Amino acid sequence: MTNAGNAAFDLLRAWVARVVSNQGGVWFEQQIALMCSGPAEKELYLALGYAIRRLGKQDLALTSEDLVAAKTARPGWNPSDWSVDQAARLSFVLASDNDDGARFKARLEQLFRTADVGELITFYRGLPLYPHPKLHVARAREGARSAMQPIFEAVAHRNPYPMEEFDENAWNHMVLKALFVGSKLDPIQGLDHRSNRALMRMLCDYAHERWAAGRSVSSELWRCVGPHADSEALIDLERVLRTGTLVEQQAAALALTASSLPAARELLAKVPDLAKHAAAGEPGWTALAAAS
Amino acid sequence: MFVDSHTHMISRTTDDYERMSAAGVVACIEPAFWLGQPRTHVGTYIDYLSMICGFERFRAGQFGLRHYCTIGLNSKEANNEELADAVMEILPRYALKEGVVAIGEIGYDEQTALEDKYYRLQLELAKELNLPVMVHTPHRDKRQGTLRSMAVALEHKLDPSWVVIDHNNEETVRDVLDRGFWAAFSIYPFTKMGNERMVEIVRNYGAERIFCDSACDWGVSDPLAVPKTAELMRRAQIPEEHIRKVTYENPLAAYGKSGQIKEEDWLNPPSIDQRTLYMGNSVLRGGQAPRIEEGKRGVEDNLKIS
Repeated sequence: MTNAGNAAFDLLRAWVARVVSNQGGVWFEQQIALMCSGPAEKELYLALGYAIRRLGKQDLALTSEDLVAAKTARPGWNPSDWSVDQAARLSFVLASDNDDGARFKARLEQLFRTADVGELITFYRGLPLYPHPKLHVARAREGARSAMQPIFEAVAHRNPYPMEEFDENAWNHMVLKALFVGSKLDPIQGLDHRSNRALMRMLCDYAHERWAAGRSVSSELWRCVGPHADSEALIDLERVLRTGTLVEQQAAALALTASSLPAARELLAKVPDLAKHAAAGEPGWTALAAAS
Repeated sequence: MFVDSHTHMISRTTDDYERMSAAGVVACIEPAFWLGQPRTHVGTYIDYLSMICGFERFRAGQFGLRHYCTIGLNSKEANNEELADAVMEILPRYALKEGVVAIGEIGYDEQTALEDKYYRLQLELAKELNLPVMVHTPHRDKRQGTLRSMAVALEHKLDPSWVVIDHNNEETVRDVLDRGFWAAFSIYPFTKMGNERMVEIVRNYGAERIFCDSACDWGVSDPLAVPKTAELMRRAQIPEEHIRKVTYENPLAAYGKSGQIKEEDWLNPPSIDQRTLYMGNSVLRGGQAPRIEEGKRGVEDNLKIS
């Protein structure tokens, strides 16, 4: 066990202890001790299996101080909607690490392969906390391909791992898939920082496909288009300014403010009211996501 | 509200889920079984078990049904010894998953020595893990197979109130009730029970330790069997509290012994489930009365399943 002094692990343990019964807390610490001692595989499976039975699945109900502590312990870590079973199970997984990357990866793979749906969500949420982050890229991509939206979101939402480890193709497909399955873009960390020209093109093509079928597209889409917009993309944004709903128009205006093309500024000049708010960053992408 | 305690939803369509939800089915239990043809590798078994407590649970939640399962090696595949040994090794890994309400469906098919061996091993596993047992009684030589299933369970010192004997009929019900086991009836056309016969069972034996399920799977079967049977009982003047026991309370009490299925799961689900897994039942959400009509599909009155 190499997690002594691992700040994230210490936080998880403290949070679990805070919300469980005395009896549950005793069981939890016994299991942690067992996991730290280099347990047999079966002992790990049993601890994971009994976690909900012994501890329940109530929310951790973290405070804003807790969330600051989380970010300090592990930049980007956001456990704001985690439940106690998730924290406990990840504590077990982390405690069983003995600094042998290949072994940790093999064990984690076994856990994923035989997981129920609640465990899948948990293990994917744990991605930013696992040692040897580079070893888990293929598994994370598997999660981002899932047909189960909560599994997809366990990877994509409030999780710094994809932003740090996904290559451009993986990143772009994750963003496109989010739109495709009706997930929000705003909870994806690094959305602006990782936007790129290829993604801009994929998203505009996607918008065309949707429009051809008489369907709408999420106004969040334009957030990743603006900074890399080319002249074709500007035609799309102009169309949205002309024919979109108010929320879509606001999104198009915000997107245009992120473009350095002179033609973008000319388009904004035609809609002074929208442009004024957009220049002030209003209503902002998070607010637009909520309205989309 | 109805609980359908025996469904193979992996073989059913989204139409079925919609109709079940509209008719008031709030929870279904998916027993591990074969797939209509035997598996030949433990790897496919692992993927199957992951599927019934993974994707299928997610799928059900989208339609407002809570999905549970039972874990076990079925009697047909027990006859492949190499496979069976490998499956026995992985069962403990699945038996404690969330929402696993029993070891099952296990028991006899042709009553071979291998079937007997793995049935007994799994009864011991259920005892060790404190889980109820769902027993599949054989299609052929049914009465003897049913009696033997119960005798062996008692020999292994299982508490009969923790054991559900499924797929009963008029010929087996008395023996099952007399020995203190739960008697489940699969309303399944042609080969198992018809629901008019089910009405007569409830009329004759009452509702104590009796319940019905659909056993809907890949064959000709009806995922609305439980709500339809309830309606048929209502029309036959069966007391309302008996109907409720046979179609809701009893399966909940039997499999509830696992601690893994509770009324709160659909009436007041944990917030983590509401955020991720369970979209809520349209009947509960909208407060409207369940609609049996959803299942009629243009037929004047197809409540009857025989």
